Amino acid sequence: MKSNRYIRQTQLREFGPLAQEKLQNASVLVVGLGGLGIPVLQYLNAMGIGRLGLVDNDIIDETNLHRQVLYNEAEIGQSKIEVCLARLKEQNSQTIIDVHETFLNRDNALGIIGNYDLVVDASDNFPTRYLINDACIIQNKPFVYGALHGFEGQVSVFNYKGGPTYRCLFPVMPAASELPSCDENGVLGVLPGIIGNLQALEVVKMIAGIGEVLSGRLLVYNGLNTTMHNIRFSKNPKHSNICILQESYQVPCSSDLEIDALKLQDLLQTDQPHLLIDVREPGEFMEDRLESAVNIPIGELEDRQIVFDNTDKVFLICQSGIRSMQGKYILQKRFPDVKFINVHGGLNRIRASEPLV
Amino acid sequence: MTILLFGITKDIVGQPTLSLSHSEAQGLHTAGELKEFLKDNYPDMKKLSSLAVAVNSEYAQDEHAIKEEDEIAIIPPVSGG
Repeated sequence: MKSNRYIRQTQLREFGPLAQEKLQNASVLVVGLGGLGIPVLQYLNAMGIGRLGLVDNDIIDETNLHRQVLYNEAEIGQSKIEVCLARLKEQNSQTIIDVHETFLNRDNALGIIGNYDLVVDASDNFPTRYLINDACIIQNKPFVYGALHGFEGQVSVFNYKGGPTYRCLFPVMPAASELPSCDENGVLGVLPGIIGNLQALEVVKMIAGIGEVLSGRLLVYNGLNTTMHNIRFSKNPKHSNICILQESYQVPCSSDLEIDALKLQDLLQTDQPHLLIDVREPGEFMEDRLESAVNIPIGELEDRQIVFDNTDKVFLICQSGIRSMQGKYILQKRFPDVKFINVHGGLNRIRASEPLV
Repeated sequence: MTILLFGITKDIVGQPTLSLSHSEAQGLHTAGELKEFLKDNYPDMKKLSSLAVAVNSEYAQDEHAIKEEDEIAIIPPVSGG
């Protein structure tokens, strides 16, 4: 007997059973299982995309819950990808789900992206966004971009049928110190829900071949005054002819010096001389920090005087391990002779391993 | 001239729109000149390496001409997710 599962959308004249079949045969990679990735995945999974790929290596933090609505209180400290996988399987047992429990980096990006029809950029940092852009151009895959700032969101579809790309709008990757992230700047809980749903809709339109894909247009949504601006832009061959990835995107590579956050804890107890720099903002540092850490916000790493006497190792830490990785690149350039080590997983990983009091 | 501000440019200026007087607007002939004007008046904007300007809802290169009656938007990249 034929299932009625998708009948409420296949009965749409513009969609129909043929579009449903296209969804069934499609594969979509979602990079980032946070505020944007969750609504994207829940809807794509519900609507019947045949194969979904998940990329993330973060764990669930208490400060995620107000916007990452798939996760529950009891799951704080657990791996996002494991929780997501379980929830999505319950939601739709027919979907094939691949898990890539890693952050996307220069070493793995082309291999992972190459396995999917299209990509959703649901990440939360510039290095990953530029890496996705460049890898998608090389692999000739369209990708749906979504990003947030406070009460605002941006959506667009890049590299669709040879159309404009992210670098046609913003050619140069901003330095880590230029712009704040959600962790630093804050974001209203519902905002990623809206932007992520718009991304999911673009994915479905592209696969099903219905409507007008948001290519060559940047949608800027303002949640406070409920306005949407559509900015038209065209391809700039100077920025969209990319054949190889850049040398570095300031995201962790397998060859990079890293230490797992939990191993750092053990190491700090052995009294070995070390310097631990926390690159978060002073407000975050005041809220929670490791005892031996000194605070140098990422924006000050370029210029602040730093003394390294008696230390052969300098550890860099932040909330989840992303900003500290960017900090590592800044410092490594300034001090080529010092060994900088990124604390993978950051404070989130350390705190999640501690027993609840 | 009225300029709509998005993302961090709104935070830097402290308001969602910026109105330039007739005399201020008269000296600005291109999107690039407008960017320079903003950087001079709001030094924090100098830090932004990519800043998109839209004139009448169309992405404008630096040499794109602007007129006082144009609707102008300043759009920086945003990274949150």
